[in-house]
Amino acid sequence: MRIWAIAKRIMQQMVRDKRSMALLFIAPLFIMTLLWLVFDGGDYEPAIAVSDLPAPFEKALEKQDVHLESMTPQQAHQALENQEVDAFVFEKNRHIHMTVEGSDATATGAVKNALIQASEELAPKKQALDVAYLYGSDDLNMFDNIGSALIAFFVFFFTFLISGISFLRERTQGTLERLLAMPVKRYEIVAGYFLGFGIFVVVQSVLVVLYAVLVLDIYMVGQLWEVLIVAILLAFSALGLGTLLSTFANNEFQVMQFIPIVVVPQIFFVGLFHFGYDWLEKIGKIMPLHYGADALKEIMIRNRPLTDIWIDLTVIAGLAIVFLLLNVVALKKYRKL
Amino acid sequence: MAFVELKHVTKRFKNEEVLKDISLAIPPGELFGLLGPSGSGKTTLIKMMLGLLQPTSGTANIENTTMPSLKQMRTIGYMAQSDALYNDLTARENLLFFASIYGIRKSRRKRRVEEIAKMVDLTDHLDKLLATFSGGMLRRMSLAAALMHYPKLLVLDEPTVGIDPVLRASIWRDLKDLQNQGTTIILTTHVMDEAEKCDRLAMLRDGRIIAQGSPDELQSESHANSLEEAFLYYGQHGASRRMV
Repeated sequence: MRIWAIAKRIMQQMVRDKRSMALLFIAPLFIMTLLWLVFDGGDYEPAIAVSDLPAPFEKALEKQDVHLESMTPQQAHQALENQEVDAFVFEKNRHIHMTVEGSDATATGAVKNALIQASEELAPKKQALDVAYLYGSDDLNMFDNIGSALIAFFVFFFTFLISGISFLRERTQGTLERLLAMPVKRYEIVAGYFLGFGIFVVVQSVLVVLYAVLVLDIYMVGQLWEVLIVAILLAFSALGLGTLLSTFANNEFQVMQFIPIVVVPQIFFVGLFHFGYDWLEKIGKIMPLHYGADALKEIMIRNRPLTDIWIDLTVIAGLAIVFLLLNVVALKKYRKL
Repeated sequence: MAFVELKHVTKRFKNEEVLKDISLAIPPGELFGLLGPSGSGKTTLIKMMLGLLQPTSGTANIENTTMPSLKQMRTIGYMAQSDALYNDLTARENLLFFASIYGIRKSRRKRRVEEIAKMVDLTDHLDKLLATFSGGMLRRMSLAAALMHYPKLLVLDEPTVGIDPVLRASIWRDLKDLQNQGTTIILTTHVMDEAEKCDRLAMLRDGRIIAQGSPDELQSESHANSLEEAFLYYGQHGASRRMV
């Protein structure tokens, strides 16, 4: 069984290559944790310098998540210049004035937010607003929102990288040529690679999903096994794409060159950003990550069953199959038969 | 009956003609040498025999089957210029892998690996990673991998380049043994004293065969005292019709 022989060999090599194993299994978890710390760690607490504010307003401002410091205008301007405070708030001619440092959009936003909240507290709006959530909840934070896209991206990216470089190495070290001088069919090589890496990729998908759901406690109302199926299918398509594209690279660096061209642009089409242009949204329809992220979001946040997202699943699985078949054809470059 | 036969083979890469109208017939059991400087087209020529490259025109046959042919690949052992092994695996793991690709049955594989390791004198190193092997050991491993399946035809691209004289002599002894057992061997070389050990030679220059025949024939026809002189002679005058 030649397919199995190739798969087994890849597994032996992988197990011995501790760094690649770490890149495949630990790196995604590490980066997800960092993102979680950024987005889930609470909002930014701005530091505001105040000078001669009306007492009620200062009190209302104190109740917000801000750090207040009383200063003279001269001190405040110096503090702003030194970036010790984010804003300076003062009263002049019965108006509240604010000067912001301005180079950090997050800080500026947080200051503005605090001031709006404070003024609303002093003069409550007449119209009360009750929000009902069809999906999600009011504690759905940024990390919950992008989490499904992150799972899709990390599974895709690291699988693409490792499979692309490994398949390339087969060629640069000359073993692909040796294999092709042996009685092995092209499809057996591609299938062997798929099977050998497939096992690691499944483990990786499971790890990433379980870590996001159980450890990082990402918002998730759907079925775990459904999430796993989507993640694994997506990883298979990355595996197919990685090995296919490596056929067109002559060295490791050229595989890396595919990352900004093929992988990074896909981030913009996973639903994290909204384009103002319809034609741009349409480009996303040819990207596997778009379907993967969409399917994960449907399951995790909206609890849709797999039958509702069969289009996503078919596209992802279809792309994986197309990539593998194209790879069998691309190997003709090295042996016609 | 020729075992390996090339008929009017021409190979062009883009606009460059690398091989020009090559015809060769190698009978079974012969030790045939392709002699020529680097860049003369030796590697391209053997890749054509193996079916790893398609001729632009002409045909490459092994036992009357046009290459590439999976059936013929079962009977060929190929040792490329690069060692083409998995350096992150042990010698045993490498050999077992190639044995299973050649379709050797599982029950036979282990024994065959031991046999072949003994033949190339690597028995004591079977469980070491190839990353720790010296250049000479890697060459012997590469030869072992090509011999795994008792090939009827062994194709070697510069088998002794960069190895010490003792090892070179031992590889030549192995090759002669294999030939005595009936294996047809084709090898490329740019070393004249190695070419002398071949039964027959084709001299290759700029993608053309400038002469072919046994080392003795080539020397006497060109009134040369050495193959090197003969090579220079044919390079200038071309060979007589009888020889080509």
